[in-house]
This record gives sequence, C-alpha cells and structure tokens, in this order.
Amino acid sequence: MEKLVDTEDEAMLRDAARGFLDNFSPVSAFRKNRDEGRAFDPALWSEMGQMGWAGVLVGEGDGGSDMGHRAAGILCEEMGRTLTASPFISSAVIAATTLRAAGSDHLSSIATGETLYALAVDEGSKFAPSRTAMEARADGNAFRLTGAKAFVAEGSTANRLLVLARTSGSAGDEQGLTLFDIDASRAGIKQDSVETIDYRDFINLSFDNVEATGDDVVGDVDNGLAALAPGLRAGQAALAAELGGLSAGIAAITLGYLKERKQFGRHIGSFQVLQHRAAHLFAEIEVTTSAIAAAGRALDEGSENAALLSSLAKARATQTAKLAVMEGVQMHGGIGMTDEYDAGFFMKRARVGAEWLGDYGHHAAIVAAHRGL
Amino acid sequence: MSDNLESFRAEIAEWIAANLPADLKGIPHDEDAICWGGRNWVFKSDAQRDWLERCHGRGLTCPRWPTEYGGGGLSRAQEKVLRDEMVKAGAPSPLESFGIWMLGPALLHFGTDEQKATHLPDITAGKIRWCQGYSEPGAGSDLANVQTRAEDKGDHWLVNGQKIWTSYADKADKIFALVRTDRDAPKHLGISFMLIDMNTPGVTTKPIQLISGASPFCETFFDDVVVPKEGAIVGTQNRGWDVAKYLLTHEREMIGGGGGGLTAGSSLAEMIGTRDALVSEDPIFRAEAMQLEVDAMAFGLTMERYKDMAESGQGVGDASAMLKYYGTELNKRRHEIIMSARGLDALDWDDGAAAPWLRTKANSIEGGTSEVMLDIISKRVLELPSK
Repeated sequence: MEKLVDTEDEAMLRDAARGFLDNFSPVSAFRKNRDEGRAFDPALWSEMGQMGWAGVLVGEGDGGSDMGHRAAGILCEEMGRTLTASPFISSAVIAATTLRAAGSDHLSSIATGETLYALAVDEGSKFAPSRTAMEARADGNAFRLTGAKAFVAEGSTANRLLVLARTSGSAGDEQGLTLFDIDASRAGIKQDSVETIDYRDFINLSFDNVEATGDDVVGDVDNGLAALAPGLRAGQAALAAELGGLSAGIAAITLGYLKERKQFGRHIGSFQVLQHRAAHLFAEIEVTTSAIAAAGRALDEGSENAALLSSLAKARATQTAKLAVMEGVQMHGGIGMTDEYDAGFFMKRARVGAEWLGDYGHHAAIVAAHRGL
Repeated sequence: MSDNLESFRAEIAEWIAANLPADLKGIPHDEDAICWGGRNWVFKSDAQRDWLERCHGRGLTCPRWPTEYGGGGLSRAQEKVLRDEMVKAGAPSPLESFGIWMLGPALLHFGTDEQKATHLPDITAGKIRWCQGYSEPGAGSDLANVQTRAEDKGDHWLVNGQKIWTSYADKADKIFALVRTDRDAPKHLGISFMLIDMNTPGVTTKPIQLISGASPFCETFFDDVVVPKEGAIVGTQNRGWDVAKYLLTHEREMIGGGGGGLTAGSSLAEMIGTRDALVSEDPIFRAEAMQLEVDAMAFGLTMERYKDMAESGQGVGDASAMLKYYGTELNKRRHEIIMSARGLDALDWDDGAAAPWLRTKANSIEGGTSEVMLDIISKRVLELPSK
C-alpha cells in the first residue's frame, strides 16, 4: 500500500483546503446557515466545483479533477473540522463513484457541481440496504416505483436521485434489488421535510407509481446492491473522514479551552484527570486517522480490502467522534451546553454521522467477520 | 512500490527459501522458541544455530545496521519487505536481544567509533547478551531518581547500588545501566549511561518470581564493582539521561508494537481456538471481541502509519508514547477476552492461556506506565499547562 502519510500533492491539497475553509467556511458560517434556515451555501458549493472538489472522483475526460479517494478523504477531514455543510459526500463521492463504475454519462455535470445527487436507500430506522422493500414493478419496458425512503441526505436540494428498489424477491434478500438514476422532479415523488438535529438537508420521500425506464437502471436489473457497492464504500470512507476531521476539530477547540479556562486559581488543563482524558482522546483520534487514510488508499488502489477498510474507518470514526464530542461538551462545562457555543453543533453532526451509511455495529460486524469471529 | 523493492523482495524470498532450515518453518512464536544468543547460550537445535549463522552472514539479524558491524545496511522500506517475507515463509526471528533493540541504537547514535567496533559485532553475531539496568526500588516511574552510585576512582569507577526489574539479568553477559556519577547535580544531570560486564566481581542477580509463574526479571546488586573507565560511558558523562530518553522512545515503540499493517498478529478467533457454543452466542463476548478486532486492526495500521511518518522524515517524537499506551492497553483487553472465552479451561496453567494473560499486565507498567505515557502526551504533545 502507498504510505499512510500525505504525499506532497496531498499535503498541498490539505493546506489549500484548510486555508479556503478557514476563510470561507469556519464554524460561524455553519451557524449562519443554520440561523438563515439553509442546509448549505450554494455559493460555497459553486466555489468547490471550480476548485475541482465536486469532480474529485470524476475522470478528466468528463471534466473532473480525478484526484481520487484519499484526496476526497482529505477534503472531508478538512470540511469536518469546520463543520462545512455541502452535498460533497452525496454527490461528489457516492453518486460520482457509483455512476463512474456503471459508465454513466451524467458525470460531467456532477464535476461542475451543477447536478446534485442524493442517495435514497434507507427505509427503516437503521441502515440495511438489503431490507429495501420499495417496489419497482415491471410495466412493459419500464418500471413503476412505489414506496417510501427515509432520511435522504441532500434530498430537498438534489435534482437527481439514486434510488434502490425491489424488482424481485422480498425485503431482506440480497438479490432482486435494482438501482435507478432518476430526475428528482419526476411525477409521483413527494417530499416530506425533516428537521434534523444537525440542521442539514435530510428529507423523507414517498414514491407513488413513479415511472423509471430501462435507461434509468444503473448496472443490472436485480443486481442493484452490486451497482451501489462502490459508491457506498466510498461514501462510508468519506463520511469516516468527515467524522475524523470533526473529532480533531472539537478536540482542538477543547484543548484551547483547557489552556485558557481557570478554576481554583489554575488552568483546568493542569488537572491530571483532564490531561489524561485529553491524552486518551488524542490516542483514539490518531488510531482512527490511520484507518481513514488506509481506507482511502485501498479505494484508490482497487484493493480487495477496500470494503473492509471502509467499514473499519467508519466504525472507528463513529466511536471516536462520539468520544470527542462528549469530552468536548463535558470539559467545557456549562458553556458547552449553550446554543451560543459551537460544541453542540459538533455533537449533533457526530450523531447524524454515526447513523448515516451504517452505524458502529453494522461496520464492526463486517470487520469481525473478516477476522473469523 | 518501486522496481528496486520488488527485486529486493524476490531476492530475499529466494534467500529465505534456500536458507531457512525446514525444522524452523512455521515454528510457533512463543517465548521458548526465541534465540537470545550470548556466551552461555545453548541452542535449542542445530537448526536454530544454522539459522542464526546464516542470517548473521547475510546481515539480517540487525537488518538496518551498517554492514561494517555485521548489519544488513537495509533501508526501512527494505526491512519491511524482509519482515513481510519472513512472516510469509513462516520463518522465526534469528535473534532477539536487548543489544539489538536498545543498546545498539544507543551506540549507533551516541557511541564512539571504538565503542561501536567493540560491541556492535558481538550483538549482531549473537555472541553477547545484554540486559538493561534502569529501574531501582526507589526509581520506577520517577526513573531519574536512580541512586546506584559510580564513584570516580581515577582509572576506574566504583559502582554500588541495586537495580530491579532487570530483564534476564541472570542470563545476560553485560548490562547497560543508569548510574549516578554526580550526586550534587540536579537529578537529571548527574546520571551516566554505563556499560558493565556481569562477570565482574561484586555483581549478583536474584530472579523475581512473577504472578505469571515466570521469572524473567531480576534484582541486580552492585557491591564495590570495579569498572575500568575506558569505554565505560556511552555519550557524555552526566548526560546519560539523554541516552535513556532516546532509548525509552525505542522501547515504547517495541512494546506497543509487535508489527504493523492490516493483518498484523493472530486474530482473536485464532488465539481463542475452539470455543464453546455458549461463548459464541454470548452477546457480551461478541461485542467485546468485535470492538477489540476493530481497534486492533486500526492500531496495526497506526503502527504502519507511524513507521511511514518516521520514514518520510516527519518526526514522531513524543507521540510514540501513544503507541506504547494504546498497544499495551489493547493487549490487556485481548487477553481478558481470551481468558473469558476459554472459561474454566484457561484456569489450568497447562492450558497455556493464563501465563500470557498475566504477563500482559506488565505491558502497561514496564517501559513507562500507561499513566506516564498519558502525562507525556498531555504535556509534550498537547502542551497542556502545568499550573
């Protein structure tokens, strides 16, 4: 495997991303979005498109920057630090990877950032693609989609949807699912807004006899999980990277507070009980950082371990982010509980990230199975 | 990976295939199979001796040391390839010793040319077995508090005092010890790093029986031990703390480690072996075991990442305390799970699970406790205030 440290190019990308985000998307920008009731700033996303971020996983022939999965992970780590809200993971990672593997012709508009994709998979309260029940009934040469999708990220802003639906078998079967790439405005799709705890764009969608043609099928009919697999792996690795960055972000804020806040006439960071907890958190973040880097490398190298490492990264990052935000709020004390302070934003996004694309148990089970447990 | 490394890989794989004695192939990596070398070493088999001699001839007992001292002159990347190929071939390590892990790196960094020429070839050849004399009854976590004295007697030092937790002192030929050469200086500035032959009159050792039943550690006593001055001190007199600190970093990486990478080490399932159905169905066992494997795999990658960092010239420095802390705590968790999974069977010493389980409890004490590691991280890495 390529080294787990940033290459020169990657270090430059990280520096550039950090500089850009610190200037144009600090946590205060997230707060502003929240206060103004928007999930993300379209102008910022447009900038990201111009910098090649939206096309990070799109080939140069389709107008992408084709920087790869580790680069996408680095961008996610940096965006996670400042809680930058954007459709990056949904569109630039999950959709781009899925559609690229399938040889779709929608890639160039993903790369410019004009087309926004959302992934509509979940139906229950837990991530479990094989339990998809939404029906895709054959109707001549076309299909009719009926059912409901829950918690669709970027669901209200996306103009296209990747929808997993059942063409045969029943909920729980790995086979019999088909992935569709359809326009979000298609007749019969109804949006039902959700006010999520992280103030980002998630929505419930209902489908009533929505038409999809054979051209809308991604990959093969009845083999939708296989078509979606590359995108899911990439999305899980990217989300893990975001959570890793989020952990580092709240840890840095907390460390700053430990060095500045005084009680009993001394800095609270001088108390050994807090020092050891901060040091433990540092260790957890370091270990998680390695898993995130390895997942990106494995995806870029097309390694047979890519799925395993994406799951490892997502499992680790989920737990580390939970620890980081809990320690963050606790070490801040009362101020950490206030809306005026940023710590709560990190906590809420960490909880959403913990569930989205598979929780700790889901991914730990994949790792454990690989180790013969 | 570069072509050079790939051709090196082919070359080394071929060499291992041609030289590894059949009797050693796939031999379990337990304490009994280790070749420590030394004046009094009795080889476990002809194969063990042949393997040591062949590896030494090829510079593979200390792959990264300069060839002039019997090392292999390999790069870090080549060493990693070598280790990969050794694992792949089921080859045991030809030689282990505190000389390889600790004294060698100290001499290469701080030693004079004479000291290197005197000691390094004996280490690479497995002729001299070294032990480490750091801790004392009153100097554990507070290591700089060592009281063993070396008095300047003109042409020699006169050493008096006691060391404790000296690993394999009863089997070692020589000791590298922290001794106080200036009693008036501040405690960190009066210590020297001294080399002493264990055969010198006045040096005695007494093994300490541990809770695991083994006695790898000793008390080592120095009573009017005469140490000729020539080449006795490594580095600058009274600045032995610098050498010790440098070595502690090495030791931490070693104890925390045990290799890196995705599939480093045996899986928990393998280490447990056959397990009762009741165990497999136990949700608490499953949860703990799954969490352990997640953390262990990520830690293996962290070992690899830190090696990559060191190789890329990015300093790892005090952050290596994190490896020591995390790796040893992980190992304790692992053996708790194994003991629980093996149930009553593991309570029989003969089962073999109990001794390693108990042994791991020392991992987070030796070479700096977990608490000292957390202190190092919080003060030196996170730079948290002292008041």
